Amino acid sequence: MQTRPLSPHLSVYRMYRYSLATSIANRFTGVALSAGLLLLVYWLMAVAGGARSYARATRVLSLPLAKLVYAALIVAFCYHLVAGLRHLVWDTGHALERAQSQRSAWLVVAVSLVLMLVIAYRAWLTGTHAP
Amino acid sequence: MSLRSPLGRVLGAGAAHDGVRHWWFQRLTSIALVPLTVWFVVSLLTLPSLGYGTLVAWMSQSWTALLLILLVLTAAWHSQLGVRVVVEDYVHGTGARTLTLVMLGFAHVLLAAAGVFAVLKVAFGAAP
Repeated sequence: MQTRPLSPHLSVYRMYRYSLATSIANRFTGVALSAGLLLLVYWLMAVAGGARSYARATRVLSLPLAKLVYAALIVAFCYHLVAGLRHLVWDTGHALERAQSQRSAWLVVAVSLVLMLVIAYRAWLTGTHAP
Repeated sequence: MSLRSPLGRVLGAGAAHDGVRHWWFQRLTSIALVPLTVWFVVSLLTLPSLGYGTLVAWMSQSWTALLLILLVLTAAWHSQLGVRVVVEDYVHGTGARTLTLVMLGFAHVLLAAAGVFAVLKVAFGAAP
């Protein structure tokens, strides 16, 4: 058992390595998005429950804490989407060299940051004329 | 010299008896989720409002309902595959790990069923 490869133990590996940081961030954001799925289904069920049930859910969904959750979900979605595309490229056997993966790590961070800002800005615009 | 039997090699299922199925479906669902999630986010951001009437009108369109169902099912599947690996990596002890995996499996099936049910209810005009 002792000689088998172990899962990335956060307290053992040096986390500032870009490869580890981008990998574990993909996991964290993935788990966050699983919680987002829970929120999505809650929202869909609220609509299915009719106008009164949706009004009740809206009170919960427009709390300041909920806005923090939306911000976290936007960050998680953008990162997981772009990092996932990087993984799909890797799965074809391309861009696996160290220099390439170092470059793509920065590309993932940059592209997902831009995406986050665009979505957050649009969401904020929508939020300002929400019902 | 390989210790694998010819039958084992032909089945290609390995020690987990599952082969590359988990890996393959994680990729397939991730490819499907790219257009589905982008469509969903763009739709949410471009809807005139998130009021009840607007949402019901939106979800009553056939294409919206269809894509929402695909989104919920694919996302639940992808989420189940992903969360499973995290649990297998970090939850130790066979009992605790199995229990967590079973509960998460049930939770994902429940989420998928509830999501599809909700979308169909609204789409068929049955929401009160």
